[in-house]
Amino acid sequence: MQLLINGNMTEIPDSIKTIADVKQHFQISNPVVIVEHNGEILEKDSHAVQEIANGDKIEFVQFVGGG
Amino acid sequence: MYERYSRQLLFSGIGENGQALLQNKHVLVVGAGALGTGNAEILVRSGVGNITIVDRDYVEWSNLQRQQLYTEEDAKQQIPKAVSAKERLEAINSDVTVEAHIADITPAEMEHFAQGVDLIMDATDNFEIRMIINDAAQKYSIPWIYGSIVASYGISYTIVPGTTPCLHCLIEGIPIGGLTCDTGGVISPVVQLVVGHQTAEALKILTENWAHLRHELLSFDVWTNERSTVNVEKLKKANCPSCGTEPMYPFLRQNQMKSEVLCGRDTVQIRPAANENRDLNMIGERLSKLGKVHQNAFLLQFKTDHNRMVMFKDGRVLVHGTNDATEAKSLYHKFFG
Ligand SMILES: [Zn+2]
Repeated sequence: MQLLINGNMTEIPDSIKTIADVKQHFQISNPVVIVEHNGEILEKDSHAVQEIANGDKIEFVQFVGGG
Repeated sequence: MYERYSRQLLFSGIGENGQALLQNKHVLVVGAGALGTGNAEILVRSGVGNITIVDRDYVEWSNLQRQQLYTEEDAKQQIPKAVSAKERLEAINSDVTVEAHIADITPAEMEHFAQGVDLIMDATDNFEIRMIINDAAQKYSIPWIYGSIVASYGISYTIVPGTTPCLHCLIEGIPIGGLTCDTGGVISPVVQLVVGHQTAEALKILTENWAHLRHELLSFDVWTNERSTVNVEKLKKANCPSCGTEPMYPFLRQNQMKSEVLCGRDTVQIRPAANENRDLNMIGERLSKLGKVHQNAFLLQFKTDHNRMVMFKDGRVLVHGTNDATEAKSLYHKFFG
């Protein structure tokens, strides 16, 4: 399956079903990450249930602290 | 007298009205590292009337690669960043009143510095202070601009009380772990880009061009060429403790002795509960019997065979050469009481 992640078309295994799976696949462990799925911002507790499909557009925004 | 601003006056978004507005505005810049020096220089060159800049640290060699107001001489003499920044900013534009403070912002100090300020620029390197800024900004209804950088990645968001979600809505607490560290290094281009985005938003706010604000959370990586803008308005929470209908401003409520590991720097900062000025001469004289003491007008460095510690006039001590808060505290008590 292909997903458009942060602007890059990316191939991922079909076993990945939800936003939480995608986060795990890319090892995004940052507790402060904001996720936009097909233009809709997601509440944190919906990551595990939000299902994805081929061609979906996902943006991950990670908060960092340096200055 | 407007000659120096002629290119800004020609720019339709600012013009003479905008320039006059800038001259009457007061901006608080929290932090004088990479983002702080970049932000402050642009605001000063633009002719913002008053700038207050607050920083807790002194200049080191590793700063010179990206902290644009400092020179080798500052690093050699361990000049506090606030002091050196003020001098350089005044040399750039003497029309601007620059106030500088050597301090690690506590909630009480934040409330003090926020008085009469039109805008707060975030140029800190940690979320504890950002949450304090966030609460003070909500309490006194002051817009502020979050900016942060790590490696080749940058992020910024403009927070307008009463309009946008606040930082607390977006992150629900202080992130812990590697995220706030600069262990991944940082390159100068990403500093300049975040500074560019922060100051563009600042000029819009200060010249009251509210309609042109970006309104989106912006993030990008200049090395991997990723970029995203996300509309986060939906994350504004009515029950947010900082910006909701019954705000508690939780981060303005704590004040005690604190130790903090400065990530990636092999340093622990100890901040005593009471912020009172120390007599560095007297302390230096006493410590000179126990090790090497080096002093300038702002701070005292004390070296033993094993450790290096720096005390500022406000009582804070940086214990270098350790990442262990307990060890740092015991060294603090051993030498500074
Ligand atoms: Zn909020």
